[in-house]
Amino acid sequence: MEYFLQQLINGVTLGSIYGLIAIGYTMVYGIIGMINFAHGEIFMIGSFIALAVFLALAAIGITFLPLVLLLMVVVAMICTAAWGWTIERVAYRPLRGSFRLAPLITAIGMSIFLQNFVQVTQGARVKPLPPQIQGGITLMDSPSGIVVQISWIQIIIILMTVVLMAGFSLLISKTSLGRQQRACEQDRKMASLLGVNVDRTISLTFVMGAGLAAVAGMMFLLYYGVIDFYIGFIAGVKAFTAAVLGGIGSLPGAMLGGLAIGLIETFWSGYFSVEYKDVAAFSILAIVLIFMPSGLLGRPEVEKV
Amino acid sequence: MSVAQQTDNRQAAETLLSVRGVETFYGKIQALRGVDIEVHRGEIVTLIGANGAGKSTLMMTICGNPQARSGQIVYNGQDITNLPTHDIMSMSIAQSPEGRRIFPRMTVIENLQMGAILEDEANFEDDLRKVFTLFPRLKERRGQRGGTLSGGEQQMLAIGRALMSRPKLLLLDEPSLGLAPLVVKQIFEAIRELNTNEGLTVFLVEQNAFHALRLAHRGYVMVNGSITMSGTGRELLAREEVRSAYLEGGAH
Repeated sequence: MEYFLQQLINGVTLGSIYGLIAIGYTMVYGIIGMINFAHGEIFMIGSFIALAVFLALAAIGITFLPLVLLLMVVVAMICTAAWGWTIERVAYRPLRGSFRLAPLITAIGMSIFLQNFVQVTQGARVKPLPPQIQGGITLMDSPSGIVVQISWIQIIIILMTVVLMAGFSLLISKTSLGRQQRACEQDRKMASLLGVNVDRTISLTFVMGAGLAAVAGMMFLLYYGVIDFYIGFIAGVKAFTAAVLGGIGSLPGAMLGGLAIGLIETFWSGYFSVEYKDVAAFSILAIVLIFMPSGLLGRPEVEKV
Repeated sequence: MSVAQQTDNRQAAETLLSVRGVETFYGKIQALRGVDIEVHRGEIVTLIGANGAGKSTLMMTICGNPQARSGQIVYNGQDITNLPTHDIMSMSIAQSPEGRRIFPRMTVIENLQMGAILEDEANFEDDLRKVFTLFPRLKERRGQRGGTLSGGEQQMLAIGRALMSRPKLLLLDEPSLGLAPLVVKQIFEAIRELNTNEGLTVFLVEQNAFHALRLAHRGYVMVNGSITMSGTGRELLAREEVRSAYLEGGAH
């Protein structure tokens, strides 16, 4: 029981990170129907920027932790959002209206480019960050010797994810900007006939997705303490899987899918074998898609014509 | 006052929309071959023609998607030929397009909110009330998703959504398509009401020539991407060519 609880906590933490990245995949897919394969790299760049900010602040002597964390997240979000905007502008917008595979190919190209760019400029070696937030709350201390603990960093990650996702859901469902995004998702031509600047709305979607990925990148950095140029690939594939599992295009689906992938991975590693955790995650994906082709929450609506 | 007299009174009226020599292509295929149309302030002008004549293309060309390859479109004294769609729509033009294009996964209210994105939010409640007065049916369905409405309700919503931006010029593309005669009558009645009570200028594309020509002050006939005839609604209704080509099967 104690072991189960501990794995649950770990799984939810991991799932939170996946979920935040998955939102970027699902929103971009929803609005322009393409898989932005460079989104994993956006997450990786977010974590590098967060680390750079941390090192820069340390160099000028700012070590007050809450301030450091705040600056890390703000700067990482802004810079990563700028990356997201630029990528859309440079690599995807010129191809809009082109054949369907074209943006997919540039997305893969962009992904490879960003990986190599970071490898060349930052080096291939892993970048460590000494643990900044230590300790936690001991929830259970059983006589059998198994301790159930939730660390502060886990609490921060889970809370931050809940807050961001709640805020984001509100933004999409209640604000004018969110409605415009949903309108572009459902019928771009009609949205433009109502005066929506479709290109700007698509850019904003990339910016938002990148901002969330930056937060995920920073949390990854704080949680694991090491990053390298390759983390975007694995996390990106997992988050993409999460988005598909939840039903691509569906926002709650991305969150649920992220959580599911995080939990499956953690429990499989905890009870069976670490080596096969990815096999487990992808097998579940395959099984779900066989029985629910549009994912857990991506149910196609019956529409009258 | 008869329709003919009204038209005389408006003859001197100011031109709101003028389309001159417009040619539009889809790739290599020419859809419009030098179209000239004038719409005056306060008029209902209709464009009739067979399937594939280019009527909807003209509607969309006015809105800049696709853009005209040659010719000129002037709205309210300003050349809008090469403006992007969202800029054109911000000049008090609204379109209820072919196929209605309701956002299927948005509620009736959200669809109407989308219509009002260019408008001051302070006007929203007022405009909403107006649309609900015009189409009480929409009020009953306000929380329902657009995709689950009937065809007639969707058409009402499409027109209501267009009205939410307080347009000076309303472009209506085949509002009667696929609807029961009773609903068609209701919608045409609403158009007439908007025109007489609010002075709204309407450019109406229709296949239902009989109803459209009776409603409109003036009409144009389009064949294969060109205008072949024009005149008051009454004149066109009386023309033998129009009767045989578009009213065969009688007035229904």
